[in-house]
Amino acid sequence: MNPRLRWRKFVSNFMLTLTGVCAAVAVSALFFILGYLVYHGGASINWDFFTKLPAPVGESGGGMANAIVGSAKLLLLASLIGIPIGFFGGIYMAEFSNSSIASVVRFAADLLNGVPSIVIGIFAYTVAVLPFKHFSTWAGGLALGIMMIPITLRSTEEFLHSVPRALREGAMALGASRWRTIITVVVPAAYRGIMTAILLALARVAGETAPLLFTALGNRFWSPGWNQPTASLPAMIYSYALSAFEDWHRQAWAAGLVLLALILIVNIFARVILARGTAVPRS
Amino acid sequence: MATSTTTVPNASPSAGSRSFISRLKDGDEIARIITFLFAASVVLITILLVLQLWHDSGLARAKFGIKFFVRQVWDPTNDDFGALTFVYGTLVTSGIGLLIAVPLGLGAAIFLAELAPQKISDTLQFFIDLLAAVPSVIYGLLGIFIVVPLMRVYVQPALKGTLGFLPLFQGPPFGVGFLTAGIVLAIMVIPYIISVSREVLLSVPRDQREAALALGSTRWESTWKVVVPFARSGIMGSIFLALARALGETMAVTMVVGNTPTISASLLSPGYSIAAVIANELPEASGVYLQALVELGLVLFVFTFILNGFARLLLVLTTQKGSGMGHV
Repeated sequence: MNPRLRWRKFVSNFMLTLTGVCAAVAVSALFFILGYLVYHGGASINWDFFTKLPAPVGESGGGMANAIVGSAKLLLLASLIGIPIGFFGGIYMAEFSNSSIASVVRFAADLLNGVPSIVIGIFAYTVAVLPFKHFSTWAGGLALGIMMIPITLRSTEEFLHSVPRALREGAMALGASRWRTIITVVVPAAYRGIMTAILLALARVAGETAPLLFTALGNRFWSPGWNQPTASLPAMIYSYALSAFEDWHRQAWAAGLVLLALILIVNIFARVILARGTAVPRS
Repeated sequence: MATSTTTVPNASPSAGSRSFISRLKDGDEIARIITFLFAASVVLITILLVLQLWHDSGLARAKFGIKFFVRQVWDPTNDDFGALTFVYGTLVTSGIGLLIAVPLGLGAAIFLAELAPQKISDTLQFFIDLLAAVPSVIYGLLGIFIVVPLMRVYVQPALKGTLGFLPLFQGPPFGVGFLTAGIVLAIMVIPYIISVSREVLLSVPRDQREAALALGSTRWESTWKVVVPFARSGIMGSIFLALARALGETMAVTMVVGNTPTISASLLSPGYSIAAVIANELPEASGVYLQALVELGLVLFVFTFILNGFARLLLVLTTQKGSGMGHV
């Protein structure tokens, strides 16, 4: 082997090993993050964390029950806005639209998908907070709901498109109208994929903080109804992490662990179990 | 009902020869109109968002004009605002983030697409997808309590000790600052670069590799000199996507950048970013102050809109060039 070739082989092996190191570093970041959260947050998770209100400023103890309920309420509102618009809009795109309308809607959805979450927050602030002169659960839910729309719409459209043509033709040959074909044949055939996409969209907005800072704001007490500021897990993590109290830092870690665990569980469930055999779209 | 055989699925509805009344009767027309309203509302929300940003920044745009972008002053008490420090901070932190994330992400993508066996590649990609799902506030949390102390105690003093003669690494080691925010951003955007680049690399036709290997190139040479250039525009697309994410990222940056409006050549200095100033000041702002913040939001919107548009264009170009690749 001449020295030139030996050098080229050495470079090849060296660089290829280096790419392996890059991959290892990237993947290990996930386990590093998980490990640190379990290490710091695990010890602080107790029954109080899930059942009690935050303790008064300066006292230790207390929990984040209100933030957990607040996050659930925000996600419920977000689903009520994001899922119908995304799902039915997706049906229109895949089944009814002509190409020029479809490209306009697709453009709008892609544009909306790329808008930074803080800008969505500004929008929700100007339309749902300023006119009413107070922060509210509604406003937070609106911001998160808008973020869910493009993901749900595009994936519904894609999964409906991937349903084999023969299935539709079969249903229509039996005399079903177009609409009956869609709800009894096409949507059930694409059901797993659509559910996966909706769950992933929910998991994504569950961790969003920026649009909540000036819509749902935060609250150290229960938030009755939908018209008042509410606490949420991500916003709690943010304010507790920046606070000066050791005990709040501890609780921020605990909240981080709970939030990340929920998000990862939903992701794994959606990607591994629900999406068996279907290609999961990436946002 | 027998007439329904004349409609062809996926064709435009008007292609059916049935009358409007019969379509109305079996629900098709109603379904079409209802689903159309939902689809149209997406367009409506998007238009409303742009109009709202434009309208609510009107006062600030009228008062400061184009000078808004070249002035450093940010003085809420005298209603005098300029965006330069924030634009600078956003660009510097995102730039540092990409400098770190692009080599790492591209390397990992090459490994996943070219070297790793299918099973291992898919498993690692699954972990990368999970990493992309980690919320930004968690990155901020880890940033504050792990990256910032590490930077303050070890990295920044070491940088000052070895490269301190450069203007880039001067000033006291605060821990927070441009460099720290850039590092946290890098960790955040790496998964996006890997996912998209891997898919682009996988779409490069097999015969490109085989031809290079047949001509006697080593595995690395075929990858670096043939496969990567073939996928170049798609990889650029993934970088633009990552940049758009980094520019708009709020939480992680706000928590570690220091929130001090400064323009400094030193990367160790605390700074500020567009998204961070919006997050910190919007709830208390009103009048021109509020409008200046909304204008910053508009700037962010335009930045990310252009970058995402470019990215999509580049990705579509590679898709057409390579063999059939799925939607990205």
